[in-house]
Amino acid sequence: MIPYQMPSLGADMESGFLREWKVRPGDTVKRGDIIAEVETQKGIIDIEVFDDGIVGQLLIKVDDKVPVGTLMTHILTKEEAAAGIKPEIPASPQVAPMVSPPPSVRHVKASPLARKVAEEKGIDLVSVRGTGPDGAITREDVERAAYKTSPAERSVSENVRMAVAAAMSKSNREIPHYYLATAVDMTKSLTWMAEANKKLPLLERLLPVVLLLKAVALACWEVPDLNAWWENGLVSKDHVNLGFVVSLRSGGLMVPSINDADQKSLSQLMASLNDVIPRARAMKLKSSELVQTTLTVTSLGEGAVESVYGVIYPPQVALLGFGGIHEAPWAENGRLDVRKVMTITLAADHRATDGQTGNRFLLAINKNLQQPEKL
Amino acid sequence: MTEDQIKSVVFHLLKTIAPDTDPAQLKPGDNIRQKLSIDSFDYLQFIVGLDKELSIQTPEEDYGKIGTLKELVEYVFSRKEAAG
Amino acid sequence: MTRLTYREALKQGLREALQSSDKVFLLGEDVGRYGGSFAVSKGLLQEFGPERIMDVPLSESGFTGAGIGAALAGMRPIVEIMTVNFSLLAMDQIVNNAATLLHMSGGQLNVPLVIRMSCGIGRQLAAQHSHSWEPLFAHIPGLKVVSAGTHEDARKMIIAALLDPNPVVLFEYTAMMNMEADMEDPLPAVDLSKAKVRKSGKDLSLITYGSGVYKCLDAAGELAKEGKEIEVLDLRSLRPIDTEAIVASVRKTHRALLVEDAWQSVSISSEVSARIMENCFYELDAPVQRLNGLEVPMPYPKHLEDAAIIQPSQIVSKARQMFG
Repeated sequence: MIPYQMPSLGADMESGFLREWKVRPGDTVKRGDIIAEVETQKGIIDIEVFDDGIVGQLLIKVDDKVPVGTLMTHILTKEEAAAGIKPEIPASPQVAPMVSPPPSVRHVKASPLARKVAEEKGIDLVSVRGTGPDGAITREDVERAAYKTSPAERSVSENVRMAVAAAMSKSNREIPHYYLATAVDMTKSLTWMAEANKKLPLLERLLPVVLLLKAVALACWEVPDLNAWWENGLVSKDHVNLGFVVSLRSGGLMVPSINDADQKSLSQLMASLNDVIPRARAMKLKSSELVQTTLTVTSLGEGAVESVYGVIYPPQVALLGFGGIHEAPWAENGRLDVRKVMTITLAADHRATDGQTGNRFLLAINKNLQQPEKL
Repeated sequence: MTEDQIKSVVFHLLKTIAPDTDPAQLKPGDNIRQKLSIDSFDYLQFIVGLDKELSIQTPEEDYGKIGTLKELVEYVFSRKEAAG
Repeated sequence: MTRLTYREALKQGLREALQSSDKVFLLGEDVGRYGGSFAVSKGLLQEFGPERIMDVPLSESGFTGAGIGAALAGMRPIVEIMTVNFSLLAMDQIVNNAATLLHMSGGQLNVPLVIRMSCGIGRQLAAQHSHSWEPLFAHIPGLKVVSAGTHEDARKMIIAALLDPNPVVLFEYTAMMNMEADMEDPLPAVDLSKAKVRKSGKDLSLITYGSGVYKCLDAAGELAKEGKEIEVLDLRSLRPIDTEAIVASVRKTHRALLVEDAWQSVSISSEVSARIMENCFYELDAPVQRLNGLEVPMPYPKHLEDAAIIQPSQIVSKARQMFG
C-alpha cells in the first residue's frame, strides 16, 4: 500500500484545488497515468501516479483546497485490494517527496495581523505591496492581494502573472546571481540546419532552438554542476530536464520540461516542442512536465534583441538566455567577415558555482554549436 | 483562387494562433509577425497550416520572402502557379 | 438633560454620598469653611454640619491616617487630598496602611476608605503643582484606582467608590473644573471595574483616561471629517486595568494609540501597551503608539505648559501617521 500525496508542482506551490478525479476506487493504474486534475496558479495540471497498482479510497473531495503533501489516496496491490484493506488515514498531512520550504517572510515589513491573514489565505507577503506606515504591509494590503489571488476572482493570466511574480521575487531575494555572456558564430549551425531541413517534410523541420537545446543538454555532461538544484547545498541531477520558457500571449510564462533532452535526437526534440508548446500555451501540462526541470533555457527567437539576462527559477542554479540571431562583423584568423551571431548569456547561482564553472559551460555550448553534425 | 480567398485563409490561420488579435486589420505593408507578435514557433505552425490549406510547399529559404501581408499574398500566387 | 460644570457634578456626587449614609463624612484641607480649594464642597458645611464636613490641619499624613482609622472603626470617610501634588506626604499611610492592612490582618481588617485628589495641570501652577501621578498609585496592589475623565464619572464615581469595602483612590481633574457638559438626569450608577467605550469606531482605538478623554473625543471628531471611524476607550479603572475591554477594542480596530498626560516612562500606557502585545499581538495592523506628557518638570509659561501636555491636534496627526 503506497500513499499518494498531493505533489509539489514547482518550488512556489503550497497547495492546489482538486478539480477532478480521473480514476475511481478499484481502478488499475500504471506509473505515469493521469490520476486527477489540479488547479494551481499555473492553470489546470494533470497529475500523474508514480506507481503501478489499484486505486484505493479517494480521500479528497472535488474542489477542496489541498496543501502539498496531503494524502489523497492509496495505491494498493492486487492482494490488498482483494482483501478489502481500508488504509488507516493519518490525522496530519504527511510530507511530500518534493515539498519546498514555505516562502521566507523574514525580511518583509508586515504587521502581525497582516502576517496572520496572509498565512490563513496562503499569500506570500513578498508579492504584496505595503501601504502602511513606512511601507509596512497591512491587513488591507493582504486582503487586496488575496482578493486577486483567489482563483475564482482572478483571470487565468493574472494567476500566471502572480506565479511568475512569486517565483521571481523569491529568486531575486535569495539567489546571488552572477552573469556571463559570450557571442557565438551561428553560421555553421544554421547552414547545417538549412541543409537538413531541405530533406525534411515541413512538419518535421527544425528550428534553431532545438540545436541550442541539444548543445546545452550535451554541455551539461561536461559541466554537471549547472544541471543541479540548490537545496542547502549543490545537488547535481542525473537527468537533463531542460525547462523551456514559453511566453503566453496574454502575458506571463510557462516553463514546461523537455525531459532527458540529452538523450533525444534533434527531431525528437523538435517533436517534443511541437507537443509541449501548444499545451503550455493552453495551460494543459502534466505534472511531470512541470516539476523536474533541472536547468532553464529562454530563447528570444529571431528578430529579437541581442541578449537576455535571466532570473534563475529556484531551486535550479542556472538559467541560459539566447538572444536574437543577427548578422554582425566577425573577426577570425586575422580577417573580418559578416556572420550570423548570437549572444548566449548565463545567469548562475553564486552559492552553487563560481564564474569559472560558468565559463566552462558557455565554452562547451559554443564548441557544440560549431559541430552541428554531432548534435 | 482570388486574393480575397487567400486572405481569408491567412486571417483564419492567424486568428487560430493569435486569438487575441484581429488579423483583418493588417495593412498590406505591415510585418505580420511583428504586428501580431507571433514567435518563430507559432510562425512555423502558421506555415504548416498555410501549406496544408492552400496545397503549396514553402521551403525554409522562402520564409524571409513572406514578411508582410502583401508579400505573402504574392508569394502564395507564385507558388500556386508553380504548382500548376 | 441638565447642563453643568465638572465641579458641580463632583459636588452633586459628594452630596449623594453624604445623603446615602450617616457614616459618610468628608475630611480635608479647607473643605468646610472655605468650601474646598476648587469650591467643590462649597455649601456642604452648611448643609451637613461640621461633624460631616471636617476641616483638618495641613498634615496629609495625619488626616489620611485619621481617615484610615475611622474606616477601620466602621465609618465611611472620604479623604480629600487637595491635589495629587501633596499626596506624597500621605504615601506611607496609603501604601503601608490603607493598601496593606487587609493582607497584614489575614483578612480581618478591611479599609473602606475613599481618597479623592485633584490631578494634572491646574493652569500655570508650575512644576511642583501640576503632576499627573496616576501611574504611581496604579502600581500599588491593595488599592483600587479610578479616574473621572467625564462629567458622568465625576458625578457617579464617588458613591460607587464608597460601596467598595476596600480603599479606592479617585482622581479628579483641576483643569476640567469649569468645563460644562450635558448630562442625563438621573444618571445610572457606574461600574468602577469596567472601562467604557465613549465613542465607537472601527479604524483606530484611542485608549486613554482622565484628562485625555475629552481630548481624544475632540480628535476623533476631527478625524471623522476624513472618514476615519475612531474608537475612544476610557479606561476609567487604572487598577485593575480592564484588559478585556482593551483587547475587544483592538480586535475591532487593529490599531491602538494610547494617550495620557502622565510622563511616558513606566506609565499607564506602558502597561496597556504591554497587555495589548501579550493578549492580541496578532490582531495588530500597526505598531502601538503612545502620546504622553513631555518628560520635563512642568513649565510655568502658558505656551510651554501647553507644549508639555497632549493636545488634540497631536492626537490627530499621530493617528494619521498610523494609517500610513
